Formats: sequence, C-alpha cells, structure tokens
Amino acid sequence: MDERPISPALKILACAMFIFLLAPLIVVVPISFSGDSYMMFPPSSWSTKWYPAIFADGKMVSAFWTSLLLAFVVTVLSLLIGLPAAYALVRLKPRGAEFLSSLFTAPLLLPTIVLGLAILIVFSGYGLLATFQGLVAAHLVVTLPYAIRVLSTALATLPIPVEEAAATLGASPLTVFRRVTLPMMRSGIVGTTALCFLVSFDEVVLSLFMTGPRISTLPVAMYHRVEQQADPLVAALSVLLVVLTLVVVLVVDRTSGLAKTFVK
Amino acid sequence: MSAVAPAAAMPAPLPAAERSSGLPLVVLLLLPIALVNAFGFLAPVFNLLRMSFYESQATGAMVEVYTFATWASVLRDSFYAELILNSILVSLGITLMTLVCSYPIALYLHRSSGTWRTILLVLVISPLLTSAVVRTYGWVAILSENGLVNNALGAIGIAPLKLMFNKTGVVIGLTEILMPYMILALLAGFGRLDPRVEEAASTLGAPPWKVFRHIVVPLTMPGIALGSLLCFVLAVSSFITPKLLGGGRVFLLATEIYDQAIVTLNWPLAATLSILVLVIFGGALVLYTRALRAIM
Repeated sequence: MDERPISPALKILACAMFIFLLAPLIVVVPISFSGDSYMMFPPSSWSTKWYPAIFADGKMVSAFWTSLLLAFVVTVLSLLIGLPAAYALVRLKPRGAEFLSSLFTAPLLLPTIVLGLAILIVFSGYGLLATFQGLVAAHLVVTLPYAIRVLSTALATLPIPVEEAAATLGASPLTVFRRVTLPMMRSGIVGTTALCFLVSFDEVVLSLFMTGPRISTLPVAMYHRVEQQADPLVAALSVLLVVLTLVVVLVVDRTSGLAKTFVK
Repeated sequence: MSAVAPAAAMPAPLPAAERSSGLPLVVLLLLPIALVNAFGFLAPVFNLLRMSFYESQATGAMVEVYTFATWASVLRDSFYAELILNSILVSLGITLMTLVCSYPIALYLHRSSGTWRTILLVLVISPLLTSAVVRTYGWVAILSENGLVNNALGAIGIAPLKLMFNKTGVVIGLTEILMPYMILALLAGFGRLDPRVEEAASTLGAPPWKVFRHIVVPLTMPGIALGSLLCFVLAVSSFITPKLLGGGRVFLLATEIYDQAIVTLNWPLAATLSILVLVIFGGALVLYTRALRAIM
C-alpha cells in the first residue's frame, strides 16, 4: 500500500552487491569438484576425488570429531548454565540484575583476539592450554552471553498468567518450570542451541590460541591448511560445512523463525 | 501428592517466602555463570592489564616487576606508530567500502516484503553463520594468481593483477566478510524512513538522486552510524582474513598481537598492543556518540 516501488537502478545495484556478498561461498562449489592437484579457477579438469580425500586425511577427521564433540559439550553446558541464570535474572530480579546481565554479556564486547590472548595467559598457568577442558572453558566464555541474551528475551516475553494459573492449580514451582515455562520457551531454547552450536563449531580465533599439536579443531586445522597450501580439499570441506550450516539454519527457521531472531 | 501442600500455602505467604528463600536460590542459579565469567573473563582481562606492565626478556621469560618499559617502547618506536595508524586507516577504508556495498542491499530489503524478503534475509545472514576461514578461502580462489579474476583477465589478454598478499586483498575480503553486520545494522536503523516523505518530495518535483541525498540518507543516518561503528571495531580486531589474504605482508594490530603472543612469545608486548586496540575502540565509541548526538 504505502510501499515505495523499487527503482531499476536499485535493483541492479542490490543484485550486484548480492553477487559480491555470496561470491566466496559460490566459488568453492565448482572448486570442490576440481581435478587439479592445486587450486585454480576455473579448474582445468573435473573430479570428485577431493570429497573422499577429506575422510582419508587423519588430521581433518580427528579435528572434525573434536569440533563436533566440543560444540556438543559447549552447547549442553551453555543451556545448563544459561537457563538458570536467565531465569534468576528475569524472574527473581535480584538487586543489580541489570548490572549482572551486562557483566555476563560483556565478553562479547571484547574482540576475540584480545580475549584469546587474555585467556591464553591465564590458562597457561593452570596447564589448560591444548586440552579439551581448556577449549570448553574458552568457548563457554563466548557462547554464554548469547545464551543469556536469547533465553532472557524468551523468558521476558512469556505470558506470566499461564504460570500463575498452573501454580494456583497446585503445581510446585519446579513442576511449573518443567511443564509450563520450558515448553513455552521452546523456540528460544532451539535458537540458543543452534546459536551456541554454530558459534562454538565455527570459533577459530579463540581456538587458535588454545590449540596445539596435540589437539586441534576443524576451523583451526582448515586455517593452517589454507595458510600452507590452499588446495581444493578445503573447498570440498567448505561445501560440506556450508550445507551443514544451511541445514541448521533451515531447522531453526522452521521451528522459531530465523529472521525474527536477528531482525525485529 | 505433595503438590497439594504448597498449593494450599501458595497464595498468602508468597512474598515473604520469596524474600527469605529467594536470595540463596538466586545465588545458586547465578553461581555457575559467575564462575565462568570470573575465571574466563574478569581474571584474564585484569591479568592482561597487569601483564602490559611486566618486563619481558629476550629469552621469552617475564619478570614480575612493574615497569613502563613496554609501554614506552611501543609509544616511542615508529614501527608501532605506523602499525597503529595503518590499522586505523585500513579499517576506516574497509568500513567505507562495506557501507557503500551494503547500502543498496539494505535499502532493497527494506522496500521488499513477504517470502522474497525472508529468502534474501536468510541469504544475508547465512554468510554470518559460515566460518570466516571458509569465506576467506573463497576469496583466495577469486583473487589468487590462478584465481577467477586473473584467469578472466588473462582470457581477454590483460596482464594479471596483484590482488592477494597485499592490502587490496585484505580490504576486499574483509569488506565482504563484514557486509552482513552492516546490512543488519542499517536495516535496524531504517525504521524512520517513511515512504510517504519520499513520495512527497518526488511529487514536489525532486529528481530521484535529490530524494536520495536529501531525504533517504539523512533519515537513515542512525543506521549508518551504528553499522560503521560495528564494522570499524570488527575490522580493527579481525585477524583470520588479514593473516590469510595478507600472507604476512600486511601488518596490522591484530596480526601483530597474535605473532607476539604465539611466535615471539613476548606477552607483555602483546598485552600492551591489545590494550591499544581497546583504546581505539573507546575512541570510536566516543566519536559514535558524538555523531549520534549531531544527527538526532
């Protein structure tokens, strides 16, 4: 009705910029089917040899399992720690709740390169460098702020009368939380799970500081690989990761509306 | 069974009960996150501040004596002055490029609607959820010697361009990587853009570019300011893309921090440079606040 028509000039410009934005993600697809032994675009021949090559690369496979396990543990812990904290901050409203919630989300304000260095120095004193526990702790520092933020928003927008009704009808506070509050927060919990999982799985700067020859995550292994030889193996791996991300995004979009999570 | 008892007791004594048992419960619920925050954030950051005043030795060992030596050497050495200036200028350039490239997309998104808009929004957000390593690798494929651009240029007989392992590559790569942040920030600030105001201007005879310059741009200034702040801050602290597309030949604060921390093992120097990054952040924030006051 009062929508303004989109001029052809804007259409062309926006389209060109979309191509620029998506270019690096699009080019990896043809390169992953390259038959060359080094990276070249366009490839001189085609093959699917790089996909099986990923699974033959011991370093990449073990880094993948580390990343997957790490993201899983970090996501579960983020929910277990974030949910009670969000509940306390939003519902029990202790004195200084606002200060506490900005303190708990403050790690996001710090650039990861600074945070990574700061954590490296402290963790080296505890022998946590290049250990799985160290990686979990470092990732929690950046996933918990997201968890707190999304879960607090989800809790704050719930209709309280429903919980009050359950309590009046005789449900204990724990039962109210388990049977009424949690199910109503479903989309917030799905969003938190996806966000924490992706943040941990993609995290590279913090992990670079925390990994070593003994333990590596997938993004770190890929980073070192690109640094030394940017061959088509990384392209094949990238395609698999993009597909994985798209699957997660679609699942979240179906359950809670991705666009709503990011843009109000 | 036992649920009956609290139900009977529920209505009347609730406020009092909550006050007496509420505090320990709050503490209990907040304890885990407080521990993570203290151990993984507060302690490291304070330690970093302290570390910048330690003395470093050639062996990589540190002496726990408080000294301004590291700070003095950073502030006096022209290499670091250039490094800081370089980082700021490159980041400003990237911010400007990001703004120019993101604005059309944001405006288009703002004016479109329905399923089409949702699809485009997902396309904007998806790169954000993809690892920076993957996207930087894509840029290597486009910009390298054997990459898309140079092979295309070669096909029409133009000499190859040096697009990687220099500032050009870093600026192109980071511009694209930061675009989703800029687009989302711009969209958040486009709320004030009322199509009726634009309509009025064009009905009164303003040509499209005048409507854009005098109506659209001023009304979307808050979004522009927010997006620019965000992208500048992210550009100064970004590390993966400058490292891979710069190939060790582009010296920026973030890459220097990593090298000092991991390669040279001069932690006091790395700590000092980190704090300088935070000081630059502070400066950017002050400028943003001032700009915002001037706009509103």
